[in-house]
Amino acid sequence: MKSLVFERNLPRFAASRLASTFGSGRGAGIGPLRLLETEPPDLPGPGWARVTPLLSGICGSDLATLDGRSSRYFEHIVSFPFVPGHEVVGVLEAGGRVVLEPVLGCVARGIDPPCVACAGGMLGGCERIAFGHLKPGLQTGYCADTGGGWSHAGLVAHESQLHPVPDAFGDEDAVVVEPVACAVHAVCAAALHDGETVAVLGAGTLGLAVVAAVSALSATGRVEAPDALLVGARYAHQRHLAAELGATASLDPEQLARAVRRRSSSLSLVGPRPGRPTGPLTGGADVVFDCVGSADSLAQSLDMVRPRGRVVLVGMPGRVHVDLAPLWQREVRLVGAYAYGTEPLASGERVRTFDLAFEIVAAHGFGRLVSATYPIERFEEAVQHAGAAGRRGAVKVAFDLRHGGTRHGDAPSASTRPTRPAHPTRPARPTIAGTSTGGTS
Amino acid sequence: MTPRPGLVLEVDRSTPPTLFWHGERFVLERLPEGSRIVYAPEPLAPLEDPVAAIRRALLHPHGDREPLPALLRAGMRLTICFDDVSLPLPPMQSPDVRQLVIEQVLDMAAEAGVDDVVLVAALALHRRMTEAELRHALGDRVYDAFAPHGLLTQHDAEDPTNLIHLGSTEKGEDVEINKRAATSDLLVYVNINLVAMDGGHKSVATGLASYRSLRHHHNPKTMVHSRSFMDAPSSELHSSNWRMGRLIADCGVRIFQIETTLNTDTFPSQFGFLQRREWEWGLRDRATYVATAAALDRTPPRVARQIFHSIRAPHALVSVQAGEVEAVHAVTTANIWKQQGVEVEGQTDILTMGLPYICPYNVNSIMNPILVACLGLGYFFNLYRGRPLVRKGGVVILRHPTPWEFHPGHHPSYIDFFEEVLSDTTDPVEISKTYEESFATDPWYVHLYRTGNAYHGVHPFYMWYWCAHALDHLGRVIVVGGDPAAVRRMGFSPATSLDDALEIASDVVGRSPSLTHVHTPPLLMADVR
Repeated sequence: MKSLVFERNLPRFAASRLASTFGSGRGAGIGPLRLLETEPPDLPGPGWARVTPLLSGICGSDLATLDGRSSRYFEHIVSFPFVPGHEVVGVLEAGGRVVLEPVLGCVARGIDPPCVACAGGMLGGCERIAFGHLKPGLQTGYCADTGGGWSHAGLVAHESQLHPVPDAFGDEDAVVVEPVACAVHAVCAAALHDGETVAVLGAGTLGLAVVAAVSALSATGRVEAPDALLVGARYAHQRHLAAELGATASLDPEQLARAVRRRSSSLSLVGPRPGRPTGPLTGGADVVFDCVGSADSLAQSLDMVRPRGRVVLVGMPGRVHVDLAPLWQREVRLVGAYAYGTEPLASGERVRTFDLAFEIVAAHGFGRLVSATYPIERFEEAVQHAGAAGRRGAVKVAFDLRHGGTRHGDAPSASTRPTRPAHPTRPARPTIAGTSTGGTS
Repeated sequence: MTPRPGLVLEVDRSTPPTLFWHGERFVLERLPEGSRIVYAPEPLAPLEDPVAAIRRALLHPHGDREPLPALLRAGMRLTICFDDVSLPLPPMQSPDVRQLVIEQVLDMAAEAGVDDVVLVAALALHRRMTEAELRHALGDRVYDAFAPHGLLTQHDAEDPTNLIHLGSTEKGEDVEINKRAATSDLLVYVNINLVAMDGGHKSVATGLASYRSLRHHHNPKTMVHSRSFMDAPSSELHSSNWRMGRLIADCGVRIFQIETTLNTDTFPSQFGFLQRREWEWGLRDRATYVATAAALDRTPPRVARQIFHSIRAPHALVSVQAGEVEAVHAVTTANIWKQQGVEVEGQTDILTMGLPYICPYNVNSIMNPILVACLGLGYFFNLYRGRPLVRKGGVVILRHPTPWEFHPGHHPSYIDFFEEVLSDTTDPVEISKTYEESFATDPWYVHLYRTGNAYHGVHPFYMWYWCAHALDHLGRVIVVGGDPAAVRRMGFSPATSLDDALEIASDVVGRSPSLTHVHTPPLLMADVR
């Protein structure tokens, strides 16, 4: 069975990194990712199940890994070779579609008693992701033992990682539940207050999901309601989607800083100059969600957040050079927002992040953000498309594994569709059985 | 030879193509047969001895005013205010008429022993002038005598320590103006009256006012009822300024008004074809046009802008009058009409205009889209008396590249206005209600206005309100050759060519519309019968 396998191979890693300087994803064909024949992974123990992926998304962190831009920090919490793919909707051997919650925490690793984080429902904060009966791996898709979503051979998942997919959900809706869960967690981590000004930098999948999460969660009183939600989006289709998902204003990134300045009646520490009309602000947004994760985006976030405000890192950063003097002088809180778990909400509830994500996906018909799917045999094109998603009018690019791999002599075909702001047939709001209020079930 | 008056030409088969300005370029367009072209009168003859004429005016004032020397005495406070960089257009060749007038006023003040003299650039909410601009307007002698001692100032409408609230008119309009000027023993105001709108009570009531005062007449309601700005009796803008001016006078502020008019000699001789009628172009004009147009086609816009903004107009002084404000202004207005007036019979379905590179608010700067709209719909549309040149529900076709480009130092609030406000609504009334105050009081704009060279935060609103009468009157506005995104942002229709624009206009005015083209600059004012 064909799988895409990421191997530790320094020459290929270097080639990929070089190629990616011409654009994200450009080195997919010469990098450490290869299409190989693989066997299904072994079941690590009781409570584990085999999952055959149907769709598996290509995420920003996958692209960073393929481009060789990922931080070396991850070297110790991944194990090679691994099959990428952590945004997965699949089908169980026993039947029934599931969405994977990919974090490999204490329960999945057979560690008992669980660490403090896992015991508290903060799965993303698990302290044992390199230990237990599995090889290191912070998530499925980065662990040599579990397999990943970019595979016809399937993956193995612990029952605690699986969420049943309501019948009303299309596969496209289900595959974006994981990134939406990341956004939900980020919004909860931001500790929003009524009347605040919120800026979102970047409007790829994560940025749009943050917009949807802020508007949906504040509308239901689960987080406090900001007064303004300003979104910086480079491309027109992103701006349309952001507006539809609840942004107060969706703007070109250059305009975002000006809009934040206007909204917060701030001064700028730098006078107007051609090409950069706004410098660091004296005031700014209460919260900035950095959904890009680059040095530029982090610097821009620090420029536009108010003293004592919060910058929430949603997009995965790598090793970046950023001047932290403003963070120090303005007492800005830099908040990392990774993965998911259980969220304590303003309403007093404790709800699993994925449960909230399912609701938001249903409410907004988020499956329409899947703009193109490719068979894994055409992974080079798929990765390049994902790397240039915004420029090419796309949001989410995914691998389509629903046809059991390429039959001999068949030409695998890609499917693309315009990402339209309107969704003609939204799935009905799902009923999630067994919504937990604590723990990782 | 007596200068020829203005002309309305009917286009026929023998009419050569007509010159249209297109920002920092120009093009020749062939207008449909039967169209009319309105040409400005030829420049009036300059005053032979401007210095003597100015002296004569100061010594023989109009209305209830004594000659200037009689108003000057030792120990008095004298404030001389003058029009800012927005006048004249293009900036005139040295010496600027302000310099000629102010030098004589200062000479008379010196003879009388007046030593408390302050000069004030009457900026209202315009940007502060640079040293080079001040030197050009006043001359090095005046600049060097006053500026180093802090006696050459620029009106700061946001300086509470130098504003005085004189009261409210019978209509409840606050009158708050420059304190130094208002509390001086004599306020001498030096005008350049480029068009009939300039001068009169507007000089002090607007040029030296604060936002608190200006908002009473710079608003959509007043602008819609100013028909037109160039015809004071029919202009609510002027009615408001006149009420304020009379209140200022009633408060004891003694004003000695000096108004000057210039002829329409707008471009240097090497660009003579720009103010000549096309059928009278000689070989040299044609050759210059072809060479200039070809060179500009190959010139980057930024360089072309620099070239054009370095043009100094050979405007010449054709009248100067001084004395009491209203008496002076009546004479000035008559002189302006003598130079610029053209009688036009009846209105038109379509009015076309080629917009040049400059308007009052982008001297040495960028003509951003809001200023394009303001020049076309605020200024050129309003160059009429009686009735607008274009009928109610008609179409205006503008020609300008309308780049989505702003000068960040001069027009910072324009950028936000364009991005934040016009993306929401283009309705002046709605804009005024929803957005004006937050821009007017934005501390960053206030800071840049006071310390940099930025127009006040509320200024783009005024530019948009300036278009309110046209927006209310017209069925459609079409911009030929403009950036489509910028044009659409303002609610106008983009067109790639004049033919394309006429096709678009046919939806509004039918297939056989009448068309009139205003061939300006040089400036003209249409007396529409």
